[in-house]
Amino acid sequence: MSRKRTLFEKLWDDHLVWQNQDEVALLYIDLHLVHEVTSPQAFDGLRANRRRVRQPLRTVATVDHNVPTTPRGLPISDPIALRQIEALEQNAKEFGVPLFDIGADEQGIVHVIGPELGLTQPGMTIVCGDSHTSTHGAFGALAFGIGTSEVEHVLATQCLPQKKPKSMLLEIRGALGEGVTAKDLALGIIRQIGTDGATGYVIEYGGEVVRALSIEARMTLCNMSIEAGARAGMIAPDGKTIAYLEGRRFAPQDDEWQQAIERWRHLPSDPGAGYDKVVEIDAGQLSPFVTWGTNPAMVVEVTGRVPELSTFSTQSERRSAERMLEYMALEPGKRVQDIAIDRVFIGSCTNSRLEDLRAAARIAKGYRVHSKVRAMVVPGSQAVKRAAEREGLDRIFLQAGFEWRESGCSMCLGMNPDILEPGERCASTSNRNFEGRQGRGGRTHLVNPMMAAAAAIAGHFTDIRNWHFH
Amino acid sequence: MNRFRTHTGLVAPLDRSNIDTDQIIPKQFLKRIERSGFGQFLFYDWRHGSSGEIEPEFVLNQARYQSTSILVTGKNFGCGSSREHAVWALSDFGFRVVLAPSFADIFANNAAKNGLLTVALSPGQVTELVRRAREGEPYRLTIDLEQQKVSDAQGFSAEFQMDNFVRHCLLEGLDHIGLTLEHEEEIARYEARHPLPSRIRIAFHR
Repeated sequence: MSRKRTLFEKLWDDHLVWQNQDEVALLYIDLHLVHEVTSPQAFDGLRANRRRVRQPLRTVATVDHNVPTTPRGLPISDPIALRQIEALEQNAKEFGVPLFDIGADEQGIVHVIGPELGLTQPGMTIVCGDSHTSTHGAFGALAFGIGTSEVEHVLATQCLPQKKPKSMLLEIRGALGEGVTAKDLALGIIRQIGTDGATGYVIEYGGEVVRALSIEARMTLCNMSIEAGARAGMIAPDGKTIAYLEGRRFAPQDDEWQQAIERWRHLPSDPGAGYDKVVEIDAGQLSPFVTWGTNPAMVVEVTGRVPELSTFSTQSERRSAERMLEYMALEPGKRVQDIAIDRVFIGSCTNSRLEDLRAAARIAKGYRVHSKVRAMVVPGSQAVKRAAEREGLDRIFLQAGFEWRESGCSMCLGMNPDILEPGERCASTSNRNFEGRQGRGGRTHLVNPMMAAAAAIAGHFTDIRNWHFH
Repeated sequence: MNRFRTHTGLVAPLDRSNIDTDQIIPKQFLKRIERSGFGQFLFYDWRHGSSGEIEPEFVLNQARYQSTSILVTGKNFGCGSSREHAVWALSDFGFRVVLAPSFADIFANNAAKNGLLTVALSPGQVTELVRRAREGEPYRLTIDLEQQKVSDAQGFSAEFQMDNFVRHCLLEGLDHIGLTLEHEEEIARYEARHPLPSRIRIAFHR
């Protein structure tokens, strides 16, 4: 084949089951991740139509969205959440789908456990009834979120009819400065292109900055692709990807491992392959960021100020900014470092992996959480929690006055009891600062894990580049 | 799925951009395991005050916008979470059509699967429809999917684009899963060429 193809095009072509004059293609799905919130109606649909799960072993379920993060021995106090968790157990059993349930060693946020178990692999198509499925693109997989009807569709057919999205190369040049993480890179990109800047596109992240990122940092970057509206975000696999996967439970082994590496070697975009759109980002221009508004494009440097209304060019943008400032209880021109916070949340599929917790613990070590702040650390999975405990990170957090909790989505979306009270202000390592996302009337500022830990200690946002480490 | 050919109904204007699915249906209402009964939770935090009382100012609570079935709103409608509950809530509340300058991908897919029509018009056309819906008598629009046209009785008329496959499924009320299963032979052939890696089976039984 002589045509130069992108990573995305190669995956697309490799998974075509059928297509109709380029209008709609039937794509094969290699891995379907399932959780308790977006699946019960899909299993009901199967039952109503007397359909089975076509490929139970290409389907993996866990509970993450509404599980409590209190000790696992305690009963689940929310009866409706319990009903959903039990429904998934029942459905998994009835349809033969593997489930890592609430008591399992493998339990965790679906986008954290897929990679750490080695289920997520380069060249795969991966779907889940969750918009942050884009996370898995960090491995060179085509991974995207779907709704419940599509969950049912994949359960029944292992395929999805899709219209081919457009492709966008996000070329990230330069180097990330001190204290600037993949989270800040993601926020900087969304600030530049907007929350719908990538709608209809699959993003491929390229450039030396991306190559230099660790696999976990790449997951953080791909995770937030959806916050720019993208169908998916992807990064070509390389030596780091292979090193990460080697020996993981579901990764190929022996001869199959060698064959897989050989296959993955051909995945990166061919030199000179064309994209529908190319956007350049200068990483050197990025800082540790804080969001000030109620969508993830409303981003400002930690050394900056809440924007003046006059900086918005159209009347509708000004009106929208006014509304956000009112909801967030912020005045234009206020210094970001003067914003006092009540709560800190370190967790979510964006920033709850071991490297995130290490970075936050390095800040927290030898300090105390501010007396007016309640701070919680929620590891992304049981495996992350165990690994962190082996390194003593739990003790650093606990000694500093952070809560050290069980794994789950927790306060990222507040479907479990971990929510903000009305009016509370939170520094959060999650991905969405929408109105009420973390609890009705709650005010969310998105930051990286070091920024969140530092804010917990200072009681307000502070520039981690000036932090005194113990 | 019910067929969608043409719909005439009253219009409610919700003039905001980037309305995310957390606003359309807040997370505390996602715990039901049924598809029905979500309409009562639509835009819950905007329709209700903090102690559950009705917010009379909110557009859908105003007397003139009762029984509306067409929502006109700002760009990037339905961004954020993939929750199909957002579509179920809009449909259950009585909406058949949402008109906006643009929609988030997953939301639009979910809508198509449930017979909720999402129509993208230019920002200028949407602004004009918002103005018409706010003024005078209760405002009525007709959306004709066969002709791909939005029109009113006062001279507004706009054509819209729509993906052929989505349009065909809506017009015929087709079951998407049934359509895919018609390709059983191709799927089976694909699976024969791409068997489940042996490691997966072994690792599950570890």
